[in-house]
Amino acid sequence: MTDIDFSAAAPAHAEPRVKSPHYISPAPFDPYSVDAMTPAQERFYQASQWRLMWWRLRRHRLAVISGALLLALYVMTVFCEFLAPYGLDSRNTDFIYAPPQVMHVVHDGRLTAPFVYGYDYKLDMDHLRRVYTPNPGKVQPIRFFCRGDSYHWWGLVPGNLHLMCPAEGGQLFLLGTDRLGRDMLSRIVYGARISLTIGLIGVSVSFTLGIVIGGIAGYYGGWIDILIQRGIEVIQSFPHLPLWMALSAVLPVTWSPLLVYFGITIILGMIEWTHLARAVRSKLLALREEDFCTAAVLMGATPARVIGRHLLPSFMSHLIASATLVIPGMILGETALSFLGLGLRPPITSWGVLLNQAQNISVVALYPWLMLPVVPVILTVLAFNFFGDGLRDAADPYH
Amino acid sequence: MLGYLVHRVLIMVPTLIAISIVIFTIIHLPPGDYFTTYIAELQSQGERANLAKIAFLKAQYGFDLPLWEQYLYWVFGLLRGDMGYSFLYDMPVNRVVGDRLLLTFIVSFTTIIFTYVVAFPIGVYSATHQYSIADYGLTFVGFLGLATPSFLLALVLVYLAHVYFGISVGGLMDPEYVDRPWTWGKAASVLAHIWIPVMVIGTAGTASMIRRLRANLLDELQKQYVVTARAKGLHPMKVLFKYPLRMALNPFVSDIGSLLPHVISGAAIVSVVMALPTTGPMLLEALRSQDMFLAGSFLMFMAFLTVIGVFLSDLALAALDPRIRLQAGR
Repeated sequence: MTDIDFSAAAPAHAEPRVKSPHYISPAPFDPYSVDAMTPAQERFYQASQWRLMWWRLRRHRLAVISGALLLALYVMTVFCEFLAPYGLDSRNTDFIYAPPQVMHVVHDGRLTAPFVYGYDYKLDMDHLRRVYTPNPGKVQPIRFFCRGDSYHWWGLVPGNLHLMCPAEGGQLFLLGTDRLGRDMLSRIVYGARISLTIGLIGVSVSFTLGIVIGGIAGYYGGWIDILIQRGIEVIQSFPHLPLWMALSAVLPVTWSPLLVYFGITIILGMIEWTHLARAVRSKLLALREEDFCTAAVLMGATPARVIGRHLLPSFMSHLIASATLVIPGMILGETALSFLGLGLRPPITSWGVLLNQAQNISVVALYPWLMLPVVPVILTVLAFNFFGDGLRDAADPYH
Repeated sequence: MLGYLVHRVLIMVPTLIAISIVIFTIIHLPPGDYFTTYIAELQSQGERANLAKIAFLKAQYGFDLPLWEQYLYWVFGLLRGDMGYSFLYDMPVNRVVGDRLLLTFIVSFTTIIFTYVVAFPIGVYSATHQYSIADYGLTFVGFLGLATPSFLLALVLVYLAHVYFGISVGGLMDPEYVDRPWTWGKAASVLAHIWIPVMVIGTAGTASMIRRLRANLLDELQKQYVVTARAKGLHPMKVLFKYPLRMALNPFVSDIGSLLPHVISGAAIVSVVMALPTTGPMLLEALRSQDMFLAGSFLMFMAFLTVIGVFLSDLALAALDPRIRLQAGR
């Protein structure tokens, strides 16, 4: 752009009328200066959709905390052999129904390494119950990164290293023991592996079903859509739990526990897909009319490309958020089924199988620590709910 | 309104038919039927089965017919009020069931009333006092209610009720009223017992209902007509009750469609834990012993209850909202 000096072009001779001076900035004029963005703005406006979602999610404090908790729980399922002080089935026949031990750090007024007091055992013949009293004379320091019960990590790699173990010849029952003297803490840690994965596998089953069936309904429309919609309504008008109960009762008794495990996950997934299918369908119907979709069709894109390249990425985030909100229902469903004895069976240990022991009032009255597996269930379900809420808010970053 | 009614009834019929087909399929999923296992079991114990009776029952309930004819038998039996034969109890399902269907209905109905009565004021309060301490507290309690497995809550509550109120453990009435005809004393005893299951079953539904009512009402309260009404000096209470609340109530009524399956599911498991004389424990027992006629009848009853409930809520919604009537009338 050339600079024109208007003042030089002004007539030199005097005029009778005095013009007011017209100020013109000598600085070079850039017509795009208004549109230019600061680096921060540029970063914001050019961020990808996923980055925007991440920023949005980060603002949701509770969702971030929940996400971190879930991550920690899932990492725990990978290393549960190492994290549990005892093996899954190690019995301590001298300590049946032992109450939880309290971890102390102060002994005789001095700060020491963490330890527990050993139990003195007495049989109360009046009430016919076992009485365990902590004996302050028996100080049993907890060992860390120690050799304990041997195990096969994921059934493959042999090892015996534990995060913490009882003192030599001592016990460590931080959450008490059950009717066979098995450590509850270890069993809860092992149960996480089953309980947490059942939701993931189940949700992937319903995810697949939801995308395929919802996609068909949304893309073809017409009578196929109507038929699928009615089918979904039928499934949704069933009370879920009785239906789950009926289906899991149908699983053959001869199946191995592992097969039953997969059977249960598929049953859970087969009923929960309806919400996802509805979400897919309504999103597809709405997005089909968008300009970018028409443009893609006009440019000669095949239906497969339109769906795969343009439609799916647009609502994938929504789907993931809805899927996250489906998982807690499945975890609770598995817990309920196993509690009733219709779900997983004992060699496989899930939180629901553990709660199966807490089926009557006497447990509540006498051995309340057997109800402790409910704590991780509540925490997980809450975390999934908060995390899913956060994801759902973040899923539409342009909104 | 009449057109809408006819429309809804016409939709309900195919839904019920589809449900009955699904249930019939589930009943027939296990290999063999009850008789083959029954005879094999007796023979393995060295006893002789009463073949004449079995043959009679097989003919009566059409076990030798092709599947679709069996299905028709079953469905038309249901329509006539004959729910089939329970092989576990060795008598017709109708006689096994007794009071149970009625009590299931009473428990479910009371739970829904409870849900509304509790969720309504709390939801309105949470929405009008958004981000107050009480709002946070109630939201937290609601989430906790959603996340706690109901069966465990039931156990703990039964224990507490027994220790502090001396209410007999389990059951829906005092032991002396069981199998007695209905009297005022029995009804009162049921009332004294019903609150625990109702509270336990209702917790999850109440929690989600509070959340939805709060969200709906918050959306509505931000609209401009509310601001206008406030600016003109209308009393805040009047502003709240005249329009936003009515608008927010719409989903409240239609939600019964998602609430009912929850309530009936919850009732099934809670009644097992609390040994309530409802359909839940018997369904579990029937499923365990693969007495599929009994199980199928209970499943059908529960699904029927749900469909009818959704139907009624749709009618209520139409009565409440003229737009829905108009849409369906067209």
